[in-house]
This record gives sequence, structure tokens and C-alpha cells, in this order.
Amino acid sequence: MTYIRKFARLPWLALLIPLAACKAEVLAPAGDVAARQRDLLVISTLLMLLIIVPVMVLTVVFARRYRERNKDADYRPDWDHSTKLEFVIWGAPLLIIITLGALTWVGTHLLDPYRPLDRISADRPLTEEHRPLPVQVVAMDWKWLFIYPEQGIASVNEMAVPVDRPVEFTLTSTSVMNAFYIPAMAGMIYAMPGMETKLNGVFNHPGEYKGIASHYSGHGFSGMHFKAHATDEAGFDAWIEKARASGGTLDRPRYLELEAPSENVPPMSFAEVDPHLFQRIVNMCVEPGKICMAEMMALDAQGGTGLAGTMNMTRLTYDKDQRRGTRAPVLGWEPFQVASFCTPEDSALMFGKSPELARAPVDMTPMRGHALTPPKGPFTPSQDNAVTLLDPAADRARNF
Amino acid sequence: MSHATTDTMRQYWELEPHHHPEGASTSLGFWVYLMSDCLMFAVLFAVYGVLGTSFAAGPGPKDLFDLELVAVNTAMLLLSSITFGFAMLAMGKGDQRGTLRWLAVTLFFGLCFLAIELYEFHHLIHIGAGPQRSGFLSAFFTLVGTHGLHVTFGSIWLVTLMVQITRTGLIPANQRRMVCLSMFWHFLDVIWIGVFTFVYLLGMI
Amino acid sequence: MATFSNETTFLLGRLNWDAIPKEPIVWATFVVVAIGGIAALAALTKYRLWGWLWREWFTSVDHKKIGIMYIVLALIMFVRGFADAIMMRLQQVWAFGGSEGYLNSHHYDQIFTAHGVIMIFFVAMPFITGLMNYVVPLQIGARDVSFPFLNNFSFWMTVGGAVITMASLFLGEFAQTGWLAFPPLSGIGYSPWVGVDYYIWGLQVAGVGTTLSGINLLVTILKMRAPGMTMMRMPIFTWTSFCANILIVASFPVLTMTLILLTLDRYVGTNFFTNDLGGNPMMYINLIWIWGHPEVYILILPLFGVFSEVTSTFSGKRLFGYSSMVYATVCITVLSYLVWLHHFFTMGSGASVNSFFGITTMIISIPTGAKLFNWLFTMYRGRIRYELPMMWTIAFMLTFVIGGMTGVLLAVPPADFVLHNSLFLIAHFHNVIIGGVLFGLFAAINFWWPKAFGFKLDVFWGKVSFWFWVVGFWAAFMPLYILGLMGVTRRLRVFDDPDLRIWFAIAAFGAVLIACGIAAMFVQFGVSILRRDRPEYRDVSGDPWDGRTLEWATSSPPPAYNFAFNPISHGLDTWWEMKQQGATRPTGGYMPIHMPKNTGTGVILAALATVCGMALVWYVWWLAALSFLGIIAVSIAHTFNYNRDYYIPVSEIEATEDARTRQLAQGV
Repeated sequence: MTYIRKFARLPWLALLIPLAACKAEVLAPAGDVAARQRDLLVISTLLMLLIIVPVMVLTVVFARRYRERNKDADYRPDWDHSTKLEFVIWGAPLLIIITLGALTWVGTHLLDPYRPLDRISADRPLTEEHRPLPVQVVAMDWKWLFIYPEQGIASVNEMAVPVDRPVEFTLTSTSVMNAFYIPAMAGMIYAMPGMETKLNGVFNHPGEYKGIASHYSGHGFSGMHFKAHATDEAGFDAWIEKARASGGTLDRPRYLELEAPSENVPPMSFAEVDPHLFQRIVNMCVEPGKICMAEMMALDAQGGTGLAGTMNMTRLTYDKDQRRGTRAPVLGWEPFQVASFCTPEDSALMFGKSPELARAPVDMTPMRGHALTPPKGPFTPSQDNAVTLLDPAADRARNF
Repeated sequence: MSHATTDTMRQYWELEPHHHPEGASTSLGFWVYLMSDCLMFAVLFAVYGVLGTSFAAGPGPKDLFDLELVAVNTAMLLLSSITFGFAMLAMGKGDQRGTLRWLAVTLFFGLCFLAIELYEFHHLIHIGAGPQRSGFLSAFFTLVGTHGLHVTFGSIWLVTLMVQITRTGLIPANQRRMVCLSMFWHFLDVIWIGVFTFVYLLGMI
Repeated sequence: MATFSNETTFLLGRLNWDAIPKEPIVWATFVVVAIGGIAALAALTKYRLWGWLWREWFTSVDHKKIGIMYIVLALIMFVRGFADAIMMRLQQVWAFGGSEGYLNSHHYDQIFTAHGVIMIFFVAMPFITGLMNYVVPLQIGARDVSFPFLNNFSFWMTVGGAVITMASLFLGEFAQTGWLAFPPLSGIGYSPWVGVDYYIWGLQVAGVGTTLSGINLLVTILKMRAPGMTMMRMPIFTWTSFCANILIVASFPVLTMTLILLTLDRYVGTNFFTNDLGGNPMMYINLIWIWGHPEVYILILPLFGVFSEVTSTFSGKRLFGYSSMVYATVCITVLSYLVWLHHFFTMGSGASVNSFFGITTMIISIPTGAKLFNWLFTMYRGRIRYELPMMWTIAFMLTFVIGGMTGVLLAVPPADFVLHNSLFLIAHFHNVIIGGVLFGLFAAINFWWPKAFGFKLDVFWGKVSFWFWVVGFWAAFMPLYILGLMGVTRRLRVFDDPDLRIWFAIAAFGAVLIACGIAAMFVQFGVSILRRDRPEYRDVSGDPWDGRTLEWATSSPPPAYNFAFNPISHGLDTWWEMKQQGATRPTGGYMPIHMPKNTGTGVILAALATVCGMALVWYVWWLAALSFLGIIAVSIAHTFNYNRDYYIPVSEIEATEDARTRQLAQGV
């Protein structure tokens, strides 16, 4: 692989010359994951050019040579078959696709956004000291909320991470689908309401990078971008301190205020965050009295709540004119929510033990990535890619 | 104008009168339509497969379904399929009155099926388990309701065809329509067997 | 954002004065459209053309006339869709350095949604449906399609869908969701007003037409082929149409059902695609792409057929590797159902699922590559005449390979993680849709126009259009590839980074060049119509390009019955073989021909469906119920009419055929 990569580096440099002036972040990223994605992009392009270029050349050559006026050219109106040619016609693309397919299989597993990083950059392996930094990301209408669970702070439309430290993003959304994308760092991944997705990445060069929403989400979509600062450890600590000094607590009532749609929001930060907030956002139960998805799914797994389940609905009255997503359908019931079953004690049990962020062992051999080890069928998702929700019955993180 | 036919001409153009059976494509066309309809049901079954256990902390199939009622309902539809078969047999014998009689019996069973289904829906909505309550109920009402709508339209068609047969007899055009309607009716039966198995029976396990 | 209210009154539902848009741009458009419309209506009235239009065209069940009407519809909608495109290009080059541009988000978001919807559903689809309608029955030596009334009805349903979509411009709003209307954004909570409802009912009404026309053409190809024409003797365009129609029949029901579920979510409050209460928005994305990916091949496959016919005709040579072409087409048809997930690798499906779908996607490029080589080797040892259709074909071959290459790139999941939803993706699919579908349609128009109207299209203006289009295309979309590599994503309305502007400017310039290309195309049509009687334009032979397949065996334009006698096929390229064998057409011994009668039922039904759709958009329940009952009543009444066909008498056939004989004698 390294050999191929070295080989690939020369041509893309040539490609880069005209693009260097225009900040082609995808071709010249600042993070190892994006760089490897770029490598794959370049290698695939070159592989395909092996067949594209001859086709284009042949098209031009044949188009010129066999023009009507060129009476010297051979003309065989009834020639329409050649087994040898057919063999080449089907064989050549097949060979390219086999190569590309193998590359894709390996590359997709190695660069799976859910897979914890196995190296910091091409020449630096991951060591014990490189503990990943967890960052929880919420796509809101229309701004990004970042929660740093270890530091206990939160920020809006601005984030910072130390250089060369793996970052593990956990993402969700409050209302509609969105996608989280820092082109210089790693690829994008959807952020979806009521679900949790993951993205692993790292920055190798300090700087200020753009972060964007890359999936259209409504009117304020264009203004929904943020700055991603990559700094040294000291700079990161300073940024955290600045957030701590800014005051303000992001608790459930404040979150519900923040959730109301707003556009072009300037960066802001919160000194304190409710430690269960993110889990409540994922489970769509920040509002008081509303059932959490995990609880709901646990009840569903036991076959629902019987006919009593037709009475546990309460009117959804919470500032409904302010919020998106709560309008009554013209022929249906008024919007309602399912009431929470559990007592405050149950909730504490449910959210008290945040799940240890799963650290699956990484097989460092390039061909057998972490996700490759269990040889399941092509349709079984690898375990930690499934939507992770808390199961109160089992009192642990469970993959549904 | 005089003309001379040559052998090559005869080889490449059909000069003799030939008989094209009228409406030869109709059954194939209707069959293709049924397959596309089948795909719509396939989507609904798939959706039910995905949402079938999303009760949203509400009632599940065991709390809601009355298997005996559904068994009666299934019997109605299956009987209507058999009686449609008898109508086709009567048509094959050229027995117009017999055809009409069996069609009427089919219609009766079809309407019974619809009445029972409406009763079931009404009951569910009445106790608060309407299609809005949960993903499971949305998928259930839509799958079963779409089938019910098909039966409704089949019944309207059946009445239309009975009037047409009364007025014009068992002419080829009406016979063709009978064949199409019979395919449609049996198709609905097959779909119902799927509904009965996957929704009701599996739901009660 | 526009003010709106969902308060309903009995008579008008939620329609009130607020429904009239406030934007001056919309007003100006309305005035222009109104003046144009009134002028057209006045002209029709003044020259007393209404009766003629109604009898000869609107109620016609002739597949040729319906095909032409489809293409006219596509051209009109193309102008609308392109207007949207150029507005987006202008906004994106304008809105820099703190400027908001000239479009607010409410307007801009409707424009990009409408552009996608219109270009796919009301331009590309009617274009290819029209083309298949016109050419396929002629190519297989049939006199019409299997179900001529259904054909007329399908066309008018497509028109109905287009009317509903266009109405949103001046009454209410269109969807602001992107062209596939992903929930939860398209749910009632996030899109509370009429936009998404317009989208749903526009597509549903048109979708009925598309599905029925798919069934119709499928059965036509299976049942109505000329004697002797086995499946493996069918012209390649018929083969690709056959596969495209299989795809239509097997994928549009999925779209219909998915939209029905979305409708139920919006109107009744079910929980299919909601966040809460057990709904699953990811299911919609899967379902819509299970339709959406085959749709791509519905669009491109018939054009692959066009390129095959054109290459072989203008190279004066048999198509290289006919059976390999057929197998490639069938491969693509089957594989197109196994790749839908590549539209959302970033949804977190896991590495194994993603690579499975990535690799199946790449596998499609094998039969596609084989097709390209087949065209190449058809040209090889040929005598290529550079008429306009052939020029479009060469342009296609050089453009499409690039689009194909970037497509395979996007199928590599890790590369897709950085390119998904970016302008690179936009450039890619415009590269294949313009470079493949549109170039193919232009080739087809230039190729079959003489057959349809009896005169050729003007070459000079055709070349002007060609060069503007080709250069304009590259200028408009290469910058988007570069912008995509700069990490710029789609559907953005304003930009901060000044470095991006130059690329948007080039793209906008490219769009202007394309506009010139479109204008030149309309000039080409106009000039050719004016000069149609000149000998160099006139096609008296019925075979202006030295064609190979049966459509060239009859006159241009063909008589209502297409062929006085059924042709008999003995191999591929039947007409070519007839010419080689000197099989002249019979000039006597005619028999009466059995043909279907025209009927206005299709127009009435589609009009009722359109009214029903509009009533449902605006919650006018009484009108919806009334028009729905009307549809049922008219359908039932139609079945009571057993008298739907007639015989063309021998005298009339004799007169037509004798005129042709005289014309042929003149031409020689």
C-alpha cells in the first residue's frame, strides 16, 4: 500500500499545481483521514484514465480516419463481429474494475468513519498517549452545537481540537437531516434526528478550517457553517478556558431555547453543560415529560404497552408556534407526545452511566482492518456502526 | 393501378390478408399492470417489515388483532375467489344468467369482506389505536387499507361489468374484461394471503 | 419568507390572497407568461385552429402525434427548467462578500428544487417517452401501440402533472426541499404550506401517465413486432426502449407508493417518515433511491440506443457486436436495481454494505464501457458522414467518458465521503445527463425530424447550436468539478470565500453559452420550417440518411397507418436488407386497415385528475371529491363505449400510396 501511495503521490502533485491557488481543500487536506481519502481518489482516477484515455484517443482517431472523404481508409460495411475484440471490450473494463473493486473494499474498511484511527499520520502510529478526544455534535436549525463531554463545555458554530490528537465525533440532529463536513479533516457523515452517527478524524496541521453543513436542511442552510480551529495542546486549553470564562449553562431549558430556528448565528460558548444533554437529544426527550426513544424502544421490544398504550399520550403544547416540526396534519390528530413512564430514579439509572466509548481492538495489518475481522455477510453491519441507544433494562449501551 | 408482385416483394411484405385477434395484448398488458401493482404492495410489505415492531410504546398486534374475525374475513375473500371461478366457468359455457348469478355472489362476499374490515378499522380507531398512534399502526392501516381500496374498486368494476353483460351479453369485449377482472380478483386474494400470514398470523405469535 | 396561513375555508380551502407571491421576479415572469399565453390563445382563435387542434392532435390516439406532443411538452418545460438554472448561476456569482444576491432563501430554495424536478420529470421523461412513442412502433413495423387510448391518456396525465407543477409558480409556492423531498424536511412540520403538496400531486399525476405508458410500450414491443422479427432481430433502439420500459414498470410503482406514504404523513399524520413515534426517515431515502437509480437508466438507456442507430447509420455499417450490445443493456437493467445505496454512503451503513454497493456500481461501468467500445468499432472501417446526429454522437462519446469516470470515483465510498453532496457530484450528474441524455436527444431530434415532418433540419443553425452547447457545457460544469474539489457543497445560496467567485463566474458564462445554444436550436427549428419546401431540405424518399431499420421504409411523414402492408423481417436491419435485395414496396392489392378511433376521454380524465390534484394541494375537499367522482364516472362511461375502431377504406389507402409513388418518382 505504501508503495502504491508513494507512486501515486507524483501525479497528483502535477494535478495540484493549477489548483494550489484555489485552496483545493479536498486535494490538499490538513488531516490524515482526508489525505488518505484523497489518495484513494487520485489512485482511482489514474486507474480509470488507463482506459478512458485510450477510448478518447481512439474516438478521435477513428472519427478522423474513417470520415467519408478519406477514401483510402478500409471500408467493410458488413463487418460486425470479432470474438477477440469482444473479449478485449469486456475484459479490459473488467480488469480495471476488479482492481478498483479490491481497492474499494480495502479502502472502505480502512477509512470507515466509525473505525477508530490506527495512526496519526502516514509516518506516526497511534500510541497509548493518543487518547481520542470525544466531541458531541448536534446539527440544529441552523447552527452547529459542539459539546465537549470531558471538558464540560459547549460551543456554537465554533470548535477547536488539538493537532495530532484523534477526535471522535458523535453526531445527531434536532430536527431534520444534515451532514457534518470539515473538508480539510475527514469526510462527511449525516447527522440525523433521533439517531447517532460517528466520525473519526485528526488534524495534522494547525490552522483555522471551514466546517460546513453539506446536506440541505431548510432556509437558514447557507449560513450554517463554523470555524474549526486546530491548535497545539496549549492553544486548545486556552480555548477551553475562554469558554469556561464565558459563563452560561447549557441545561435543558436553555437548550430548548437554543433549538428554536435562527440563522447566521455568531459563535458563542457555554461554561457548563448538562452531562446528560446529548443523550437526551439523541433520545429526543429534552422536553419535560416526554418519553425517551431508548425507553420507548425497550418497551417496544417487549411487545409494546398493550391497550394502555392508547392512553399514554399527552398534548404537545410546548411553544409549538416557535418550533419547527409540530404542525397538525389537516386530517389527523393534533401533535401529541408519548408520556414518559419512568420515575426520576429510572432516568438517573438510565443516564447516570454514560457508556464507555467503545474501544474495539484495532488490527493494524492494512488488509485486515477492524471492520474486516468478523467475516459476516455483506449485509450485516459491523457492530459499532449500528445506531447506539441506551437500554435501561440491560443498563448498558446496546446496539439496536 | 396495376401492380406486379415479385418474389422479393412477397418475401418482405405481408401481402395476404391475415387475422389479428382483437385485443390480443389486453391480458398481457393487464398482467404487466398487476405486476406493477404487486410492486406497490411489495413496498407496503417492506415498510410493514421495517415499522412492524415500532409500537411507540403503544399497543402491539397481540393487543389489537382479533384472529377469529380475521379468519372469517379471509374466508369471505377466499370464497369470493371461488365463486368468481364459477362465474368464469359459467361464462365458458356461454351461460349468461349463470355468470351474472355467480358474479352477484362474488360481489356479496366482497362486500362482506369490506364490511368486516371497516368494522375492524372503526373499532381500532375508536379505542385510540388509529394510524397516527405509531409507525406500526401507520404501516398496518396503509397495507390493509390499500388492499381494501383495491377490493372496493374491484367491486365497482364488478357491478359495472354485470350491467354491461346484462346489456350486451357475453360478447368478446366483455369476456376479455371478465378475464381481466378475474385476474385482478385472484391477485387481491393472493395479496390477502400475504397480509393474513405476515401481518395477522405472525403478529399473533 | 412568504406569509401563509393554513386556515381553511369551505369554498377555497387554504387558498386566499396570501397565495399570490410577492416577489417582483415572479410577477414579471407572470406578466410575460400571461402575455405570451394570451397571444397564443388569440392566434389560435383568430385562425380558427381550436377545432383542428382538438380533432387532429389533442384527441388523437396516433402514436406519432402523441410522440410529437410529448416532445413539444418537453421543449416548453425545458425552457422553464433552464430559466431556473440560469437564475441559480446568477445568484451564485452575485452573492459574495456579504451580498445576499437577488434571491431570498424562500425563492432560491424553490428554484433549485423546481429545476431538478422539472428537468427530470417534465423534460427528460417526456422527451424519451415521446421519442420511444414515435420511433418504436415504426421500427417494429407496427401500426400503433397496443393500447392507443391509454397512450393518449398517459400523455395528458403527464401534461396534468406539468400544469400542477407550473401552477406553483404563480399560486403559492413550490417545494423547498431539494428534488427528492427527503423527510423530515418535507414533512408537514417542516414544510407546512403547499410547496411539498404541489410536488407530490404534480409527480403523482404525471407518474400515473409514465407507468401506463411504460406498460403500453412494453406490451407493444412484446406483442406487435412485425412477422419474423424475433427478439434478437429487434433494432437496438427498440431493445434499449424495451429495457427502459421494464425499468419504468418495475420502479415507478415504488415512487408512487413512497409518495403516497409521504402524503399520508402530511395529510393524515401517520408516522412513516417522522422522527418520533416509530417513524423512520431513512426508509424514505432507501425507497426513493430504489426508484431513483433505475430512473437514471430509464433516461440513458434509450439514448444509448439512439447512439447505436446513429453510429451504424452514418458509418454505413452494421452495428458492431449487436448481441454484446443487447447483453450489455440487459446487464445494466438488472444491475441498476442493486446500486441504490451509493446515493447515501454517508448515512452510516457500515463499511461492508458501503463497499458492496460501491462495487456493484462499478460493475455497471463494465457493460457501459463495452457499449462505448462497440460504438468505436462500429465507426472502425466505416464511412462516417458527419451529419448533425453523428456530430452529437462524437460529442457524447468524448463527454460521457469523463462523466462515467467521475461517476465511478463517486462510487468509491471513501472518495464519496469527501465528494458527496459537493459541486463535484453536481458536475458529475450534469456531465452524464447533459452529455448523455441531452446530447442523445439532440442527435435523435436531428435524426428523426425528417421522418416526422418530411424535411431535414437546417445544418448551419444546427452546427451553431452544437458548438454553443458543447463549449458551453464544458465551461459551465468544469468549474463545478474544481469547486467540488475545493470543498464547496450544493444548494448554497451565499458564499464568503472570495476565491470561489471566479469559478462561479466561468460557470455562469458557460450557462450563457448554453442559452445561446438553446436559442440557436429554436432558430434552427424556425428556419427549417420556413425553408421546408426547398429541395435540399425536402425528404421525398422517406429515407434521407440511407437508414437501416423499418421506420425508413415508409414515407416521411408516415401515413396514419404507418405501413400499407406489414413488413416481414428476416434479420437485423430489415430495411437495409430490403434495399440490398431490391424489395420494392407493393403498389396495389390493398386491404382495409383496422385502426382505433380518436377519443377525448383521455383529455377529460387528465383534466379531472389535474383539478383533483390542485384541490388536494389547497385542501378544497368538495372539489377534490367531486373531481374524483368525475374520474370514476367518466372511466365507467368510457367502458360502455364498444365502438372504438374503424376501417380505413381501400380507396383512401390507395390515394395515399399513389401519392407516395408519384412523390418517389419525382425524387428519383
